Amino acid sequence: MHEKSKVRSRRSFLKGSAAVLTGSVVAGSSQASDPDPLITELQDWASSTGVGVDETPYGMPISFESHVVRRNVEWLTADPISSINFTPIHALDGTITPQGCAFERHHSGAIELRKEDYRLMINGLVDRELVFTYDDLERFPRENHVYFCECAANTGMEWAGAQLNGAQFTHGMIHNMEYTGIPLRALLNEAGADISSDKWVYVEGADASSNGRSIPMEKALDDVLVAFKANGEALRMEHGYPVRLVVPGWEGNMWVKWLRRIEVSDAPVESREETSKYTDVLEDGSARKWTWVMDAKSVITSPSPQMPIKHGAGPMVISGLAWSGHGQITRVDVSKDGGITWETARLGKQGDKKALTRFYLDTNWDGAPMLLQARAMDDTGYVQPTKEQLRNQRGENSVYHNNCIQTWYVNTQGIAENVEVS
Amino acid sequence: MSKFLNLSIPVFGGIALLIGLAFGMSSRNHNAEKIETLETRLAQISEHASNAEKATKVQSDRAVELETKLAEIEEVYAELAKNGSDLTQAAPAVPGTLGIGRPAHAKEIAAWDVDVLPDGRGLPEGSGDVFVGEEVFAEKCAACHGDFAEGVDNWPVLAGGFDTLADKDPVKTVGSYWPHLSTAWDYINRSMPFGAAGTLTPDETYAIVAYILYSNDLVDDEFVLSKDNFSEFEMYNKDGFVIDDRPATEYANWQGEPCMSDCKDEVNITMRSVFLVDTPPEGGSDSVPNMATIDGLPSFTKEGPSFIPVAEEKPVEENVEKASLATPSAEVAGTADLIKAGKKVFKKCSACHQVGDKAKNRSGPVLNGIVGRTFGTVDGFKYSKVFKAAAEEGRVWDEANLAEFLKKPKAYMKQTKMSFSGLKKDEDLMAIIEYLKSTGQ
Repeated sequence: MHEKSKVRSRRSFLKGSAAVLTGSVVAGSSQASDPDPLITELQDWASSTGVGVDETPYGMPISFESHVVRRNVEWLTADPISSINFTPIHALDGTITPQGCAFERHHSGAIELRKEDYRLMINGLVDRELVFTYDDLERFPRENHVYFCECAANTGMEWAGAQLNGAQFTHGMIHNMEYTGIPLRALLNEAGADISSDKWVYVEGADASSNGRSIPMEKALDDVLVAFKANGEALRMEHGYPVRLVVPGWEGNMWVKWLRRIEVSDAPVESREETSKYTDVLEDGSARKWTWVMDAKSVITSPSPQMPIKHGAGPMVISGLAWSGHGQITRVDVSKDGGITWETARLGKQGDKKALTRFYLDTNWDGAPMLLQARAMDDTGYVQPTKEQLRNQRGENSVYHNNCIQTWYVNTQGIAENVEVS
Repeated sequence: MSKFLNLSIPVFGGIALLIGLAFGMSSRNHNAEKIETLETRLAQISEHASNAEKATKVQSDRAVELETKLAEIEEVYAELAKNGSDLTQAAPAVPGTLGIGRPAHAKEIAAWDVDVLPDGRGLPEGSGDVFVGEEVFAEKCAACHGDFAEGVDNWPVLAGGFDTLADKDPVKTVGSYWPHLSTAWDYINRSMPFGAAGTLTPDETYAIVAYILYSNDLVDDEFVLSKDNFSEFEMYNKDGFVIDDRPATEYANWQGEPCMSDCKDEVNITMRSVFLVDTPPEGGSDSVPNMATIDGLPSFTKEGPSFIPVAEEKPVEENVEKASLATPSAEVAGTADLIKAGKKVFKKCSACHQVGDKAKNRSGPVLNGIVGRTFGTVDGFKYSKVFKAAAEEGRVWDEANLAEFLKKPKAYMKQTKMSFSGLKKDEDLMAIIEYLKSTGQ
């Protein structure tokens, strides 16, 4: 299948490539022939003064990082007001997503709602139908938790094959923040809600899309938060300021923003977002509904299409993110040959339950092409499936809940591309 | 426990002192009346003492209870501390209520609690028929959803698509997919029209829903939808859904110790990314079709890649420096940039004109393949007289006359209906013409 003339042994390639690769090695990483003027010459920043403390009351990332931004794909949706953008996960490290570059999904645009104008109603099957102000909410005992929020459609385009070239675009509908908020159960208790297990909690947003989702009582009493802070500061407008719902491990659409109403009910509403959307069509045309949990998943963020290897062969770090809506990530394996051989990666630190975990494979690149894959396992014993396994199970029309193993083809220049493999 | 017992000793001591005093007084004074009074007083005091003793007993029992509990908690903390844990705790559950918040007013609940359930609960009084629905739909919905609910551009298609759910590209509409009619009523009532949510009257919503059912051939044109007949209506795909069965159908298969070596004999690349994505500094992204094929890529075995591709793919090498993955050649790149720029310029036209596969005539004709086409010949578009005349003359659009027209439409084609003042910049003209050339036929 390949031209014979092109076939060379790996060893001869490595010898031959050494010279080529050295050429692209940046100054400083090998014996420098000339002294580096950045060191030997007095630099302006080392001599004159910088910016004062009154210059930047609230800081943005330095201009050199201006490419690390959320990006949208115009043709995906009819209008940017009802659309999505993607977190630049390829360029981030650690686990916490800064709010300013955490992906957004709106159905009728992000709204400006002042704390003073904020009201939260709880009604339905409760002893006391109540209205809370924002200040009221801050009087309830509160908790801090780190959780990931993943859109159910993250990686959804990949059902039909490798589509967009970039981890930001294939896996960027996710963010991970530390939330401060009140357990939903505290508000249910305050209202004297009927908390029997066959009851539902319908939650609804204040924006024009009026996004509403039905949550079974068991989950509502478990770990759902009514949150007003993220990463220590107020929520951003685009994430539901002043108050959003946090539904750990479950699809992002349920994390209702600008939360305005909580209704205890004896049945699910079967709203638009839980029937016509966020339901998963299977191969036979039937569809799954109430597929709330986000199964275990991982992706290599670097190298990836937007993060080529620039240093040539040698020591390097393969890094990525793993998460599970069922609990904790216990292990991530990385393959460099498309799944023939796997190595267990190092977890940056033990991830919280239902939060992003950072993994690293500290390795040596020999300069040969690679097929990079990551495979996550969680504390329920679940092993992230391949694309093929998922398709065999569900077909290609599910749109949502694609947690397949992703493959990046890395060529000899270190450039990575989104591919599918046999 | 000890704290309470210590406290109780001075209390008893005080009572004994009182009693002793009382006896002393009585022995010095033999006044019988006084004795009687004192005895009564003594009885009262003893009774008080006995009551106090009982109360103290209750309190001390309670104290024992609390002390035991405290000891248990201390033990737990000691255990936690020993294991290196800290004092973090979930927010405490509050027994009873905190009394925060105020009662909701009935009118407030009525204003916000408007969701409608599948059984029709939550529906207001009212009704609407297909004819009124068609009018309301044309006025308030058709700009996005099309006159026949067929969907414009990427906006949702609301009608048709029956029996396509098992196809390669299922068409999920209200008719073909939605299991409950209540969902349509509820969503339209609360969230539509886009940009003016919450402004429809109940009758308008009934009418729109009736019209959407009609567009789906699910009712005839006489149909009237009302609160009374609402819950009788059964949707086409009502039985099309199963509750999440992943735990039963999938989880057991994807468990256990996964394979670590020799997991496959050979791995081949079967598909490359459909789009390369350019990420310009000004934000957003540009998807560029990826022309690269899977030919000439290595296959992988446990020995490594089958061969090392020679580094002759020059364009790719350039890409590393440019951080752009789509520059086949300078000339093509120049054209690509122009097309990209032209696409932006076209936004000025897109209120009236459409291009692309799904393009339809709006207040202006479809512009696919305009360059090289005879004037005034798009099927189904009602042209002005001046364009009809040009069509009869057989005049053909080329880059030059199109540029002249777009520069000042009313100068080039007097009496054209096109109410556009023109593109002043030459680069905009070049860009839009290049873009229109790229739109095919």
